[in-house]
Amino acid sequence: MYDIKALYEAKSVEDAVRLLTDHPDAQIIAGGSDVLVQIRSGKRAGKELVSIYGLDEMRGVKMEEDGTIRIGSLTSFSHITQDPLIQKHINVLGEAVDMVGGPQIRAIGTIGGNTCNGVTSADSASTLFALDAIIEITGPNGVRTEPISSFYLSAGKVDLAHNEVQTAILIPKKSYSGYKGHYIKYGMRNAMEIATTGCSVNVRLSGDKKTIKDVRIAYGVAGPIPMRAHTAEKAAAGQPVCAETVDRFAAAVLEDVKPRDSWRAAKDFRLHLCTTMAKRALIEAIKKCGGEVL
Amino acid sequence: MVIGKSLPRVDALDKATGRTKYTDDLCDRGALIAKIVHSDKAHAYVKSVDIKEALKVPGVVKILTCFDVPEQPFPTAGHPWSTDPHHQDVADRHLLTRHVRYYGDDVAAVVAEDEVSAVQAARAVKVEYDVLPIVLDAQEAMKDGAPLLHKKYANNVLAHTDIRRGNYEEAIKEPGLVKVEGWYDTPTVQHCHIENAVCYAYEEAGKVVVVASTQIPHIVRRCVGQALGIDWGRVRIIKPYIGGGFGDKQDALYEPLCAWLSMQVGGRLVKLECTREETFVNCRVRHAIRSHIISYVRADGTMVGRKLECWSNQGAYASHGHGICAKGMNAFPQLYPCPNLEADSWTVFTNRSVAGAMRAYGMPQAIFAVECHTDDICRKLGLDPIEYRRRAVMPKGYVDQFSKNELYSDSFNQTIDVGMKYMDFERKYKEYQNQTGDIRRGIGMSVFWYNTAVWPISLETSSCRMVMNQDGSVQVQVGETEIGQGADTAFAQMAADTLGVPFEKVHVVSCQDTDVTPYGTGAYASRQTYTAGMAIRTCAEDFKAHILKVAFDYTRMQPYLCDIVDGNIVRITDGRVLMSLADLSASVLYSLDSSEHLTMEKTTQIKTNAYSFGCGFAEVEVDIPMCKIKLLKIINVHDAGILINPALAKAQVEGGMSMGIGYALSEKLIYDEKTGKALNNNLLDYKLSTFMDHPHLEVAFVENPEPTSAYGTKALGEPPVIPVAPAIRNAVLNATGVALYELPMDPHLLFRKFQEAHLFAKEE
Repeated sequence: MYDIKALYEAKSVEDAVRLLTDHPDAQIIAGGSDVLVQIRSGKRAGKELVSIYGLDEMRGVKMEEDGTIRIGSLTSFSHITQDPLIQKHINVLGEAVDMVGGPQIRAIGTIGGNTCNGVTSADSASTLFALDAIIEITGPNGVRTEPISSFYLSAGKVDLAHNEVQTAILIPKKSYSGYKGHYIKYGMRNAMEIATTGCSVNVRLSGDKKTIKDVRIAYGVAGPIPMRAHTAEKAAAGQPVCAETVDRFAAAVLEDVKPRDSWRAAKDFRLHLCTTMAKRALIEAIKKCGGEVL
Repeated sequence: MVIGKSLPRVDALDKATGRTKYTDDLCDRGALIAKIVHSDKAHAYVKSVDIKEALKVPGVVKILTCFDVPEQPFPTAGHPWSTDPHHQDVADRHLLTRHVRYYGDDVAAVVAEDEVSAVQAARAVKVEYDVLPIVLDAQEAMKDGAPLLHKKYANNVLAHTDIRRGNYEEAIKEPGLVKVEGWYDTPTVQHCHIENAVCYAYEEAGKVVVVASTQIPHIVRRCVGQALGIDWGRVRIIKPYIGGGFGDKQDALYEPLCAWLSMQVGGRLVKLECTREETFVNCRVRHAIRSHIISYVRADGTMVGRKLECWSNQGAYASHGHGICAKGMNAFPQLYPCPNLEADSWTVFTNRSVAGAMRAYGMPQAIFAVECHTDDICRKLGLDPIEYRRRAVMPKGYVDQFSKNELYSDSFNQTIDVGMKYMDFERKYKEYQNQTGDIRRGIGMSVFWYNTAVWPISLETSSCRMVMNQDGSVQVQVGETEIGQGADTAFAQMAADTLGVPFEKVHVVSCQDTDVTPYGTGAYASRQTYTAGMAIRTCAEDFKAHILKVAFDYTRMQPYLCDIVDGNIVRITDGRVLMSLADLSASVLYSLDSSEHLTMEKTTQIKTNAYSFGCGFAEVEVDIPMCKIKLLKIINVHDAGILINPALAKAQVEGGMSMGIGYALSEKLIYDEKTGKALNNNLLDYKLSTFMDHPHLEVAFVENPEPTSAYGTKALGEPPVIPVAPAIRNAVLNATGVALYELPMDPHLLFRKFQEAHLFAKEE
C-alpha cells in the first residue's frame, strides 16, 4: 500500500504541463522505480502524482534529418539497449543502461527518470555527459533545450521547473559520428547495483588508428553530479595511441574528479578507481575504434 | 525403495503454479494492521511517549506503548525448553521496551484499519529519551566503564566458557617451536529469507491464535505463553508454508507482540508484517565473531600447543546467546586435535541488532578462523595445505567424549580426494604460486566440522502421527517443519519405504498447528532427517505391525508371515498378495463388528548425535587494480551419510554455497559508529550475491551411512555454507600472497590490503 494523495494521468505533454501547473505540490511519475521507492520510504509520502507514463509520444528512438538521435524520455532502459539505432551509432549507451539494476527495473525504468532524478550514480548520465547530450524540456512556454552539463545543477537537483517535463534526450551527430565508447560500472556485485563509480569514455582515432583525435570522459559518483574530466581529455587529444598516453590520461583525471568519503566507499579508494577505470575504459574504447594500445 | 531417488518435491506443483499459500496470502484482507514505532536511538531510556497527534490519524484503532506492556520478561530463543532453571534461555525481552538497547528497538505499536494509516500514525508518535552512550564492538563492550546494557551482566558479558587440555603454558616451552598467530574477524550479516517476518493473530474459542512464518511453531507457542503470562495451552500457533528462515525464524520474533496486540483490541484480527528494512534490523542477525588463534607447531607442522580466544557480538538481547560462540569453540579441539590447549569464548552484549541462530550456528565464523589459520601455518612452514590437513585433521575413529560422536569413516580424505580431482588442485596450486601482473589466479580449500542435532546439549525429541485413509493412503504429521529445504518430500520418502506404501500415497501434512500436530521442536540444527527420521521410522514400524495384526481378522495369516509391500498385504513366505491396504483400511473402518480408525502416534527421544564432514574448494581470479575477486570454479563435497533425495540434497548444497559466496565476498551489515544506526538495511545496499556473481556451483557427495541414524542420514542443511569463505580466502592467498583476516573480502578490504602490500606501486 502506497501513501498517495491523488493520481492524475496526463493525456498529452501539454496536459501534463497543465496538471503540474494546477497542482503545485504534485510529483511527476513515469516508470515509478524511483518515485514509488521514495513514497514508501516516507520521503514523498502523501503526495499527488502526475503520471506521464501513458504518453507514447515520449517513447522510442528516432533519427532526425540532421542525424541527431532523439531518445524519448519515457523510453525504457531495455528498449534503449535493444534499439537498432542505438546499437548502430551509440552502442555504449545501450550497454550502460543495460547495467541498471536488474531486468525488471530495466523494463520499467526510463532514461528521463534516470536523468531527472539528478543523482550522480545514474548509469545513463555519465555516458550522456560523454556524448554531450542535449536535454529537451517542454513547459508552459513551449520547448527549450539545455546541454546536459547545465541540466544537472546540484545533487538531486536538475534544471526543470515544477511545470516542465523533460520530453527527450538528443544526441547530436557530431557527438557520435566517428566515435566509439566504453562504459565501466564499478559496483560491489555484478547486478542489482548502483554504481560506486561509473566511467564512460568516447574516443575518435585518426584514419591510421595511430592518433587520438578526440576523447571525452565522464564520471558518475566522482562528484555531487555527473562530470567530465576535461584535463584528461586535453592531455590525450592529438596524442599517439600508446601506453604512455593512456597512463598520462588516467593520471590527469585526478585533476578533475572530486569524489567524497562515505560509508559506500572511501575517497582514496574512489580516486584509485577513477584512474584505473579511465585507463581501462580508454583502452577498450580504442579497441572498439580498431586501434591498439601498445 | 524410494529412499535415494530424486523424486520431485511433494510441494513442487503448488509452488511452481503459485497455488501455495503463505502467511500473508492466508490473512483475511480485513485484518487490522500493526506498525511498530522504532527508536531512533541505539541506547536510551524512554522518558515519555506522546501519542496525541498519532491518534488523530484517521483509521487508527489503538496505540500501545512500552508503558502498557506486561512486566514479566520472556525469552525468544528457539531452543527446547528446559525444566532446569540453570539451562533455561535468558528472559530479557519485553513486548515493547522502556530501555532501548539498539537503534530500532520497539517502543510503541500502532494498530490501524489499514497500512497507510498505521504508517502515518507510527510516524506521528513522539518519543522523548534520556540518551545513553553506545558501544558496538564486543571487546570494547567488555572494558570497564563501557555502557552497560543489562544490569545483571557485568561488563556486558552474557557468558564465558572455556576449555583446558593438557598444559599449554608448559608445552610451548619446547625448543624450536614455531609460533603462528592470527586475528580473524567476521561481520554481522542477515539471513535475507525472501519472505519477511510476518504473522497475524486473533482470539477464537478462548485461545489466541497466531498464524506465523516460523520454523518452530511448538516453541513459539511456549514463548508467546511466557510473554503474555497466559497458559501455554491458550496459545495456538499455525505455521503455513514459509519463504525461508535460515535460523532467523528459529526465534520468537513478533508473534508475542502480535498476539498481545490482538488481545488489546478485543481479539480482532491483527497482522504484523516486517518490511525488509525491519527484517534486517529488528529480527535476528548472524553473530560477528572475532577469533584470536595462536598455534605452536614443530617444523613438520605437528601442533604442540594451541590457544583460541573468541568474542561474539550478541547485540542487544540474549536470544540464542552463548550457544553459537560455544559451538565454534567446542569444534576447535575436535577438528585438529592438539594435546595442549586453552580456549575461551565470550558472548557480549552490544548496541547492535540482536544476533541469533543463522545457518550453521557459529561454524562459518569458527571455520573461517580455523581454516585461514591452517593455511597460515602451512605458509609459514612451507607445507602443502592438503597434505598437512590430511595429517593434522581429526582421524578416523575419533570419538568426542562429550557428545560421543564418532568419525566412523575416512570422510575427510574421501571428500578431499573428490574435491582435488575436480579442481585439478595439485597442478594449479603449484602453478599459481609466485605470479606477477595485474590479474592473478589462485586456488584454495577448507574442511569443515559439523554436528547433526543438539543432543546432549539440549533435549532431542520428535513425534510422528500416521493416519490411514479408506484408500490405503496415509497422512503423516511431524513437528519438524518444511521451510523450503524439502523436508516434507524426504519425510514422505522415509514413511513410504518403512511403511510399504507407494510414495504417491503418502501425504505429509505440511502445515503445523500446535493444537493438532504432535510435538516436535521444529526446523533447526540440520536435524530434520535425523530426528524426524527416527520418529517416522518408529511410528511406521509400529504402524505396520499394528496393521498386520489387524489384517489377521481378514487374512487369517500370522503377522510375522506378512509384510506390507507397495500398498498391499503380502505373505512373505510365497510372495502372494493377500489384500490391498485400501481394502483392509475400508473394511476395518466400516466393520460392524470391530470398527477401527487405523492410526499410530509415537514419540521418540533421541540420545545420539552425528558428525557431518566435508570440504570446499575455490579457484579465483583476482583483478588487483580493480580490487575484485572473481570466482572461477567452486565445489563442495559432503559426507552427509545416505541421501534421501539426491536432487534435493544437491539443491540444498547449492543454496548454502550461494550463501557462503555472499558471506565471503560482499555481505556485511554496516552500523554508523556514532548513532548505531544500520546504514544498509535494504537489499540494494546490503550486497547479497546474485546469479551474476556465481560460477557454476559443483556439488559432490561421499555417502558413508551414519550408523546411529534411522535412515543413514546426517547433517546437510547448514554445513554447505561453512567452507566457502575460508576456501576463497586461501585461494586469494595463493594468488596474491596477501593473507586476509576479515570478511567480507570486498573491494574496500582488498583496496586497503593490496595498498599495504604495495601491489599497486606502479600507479600511485
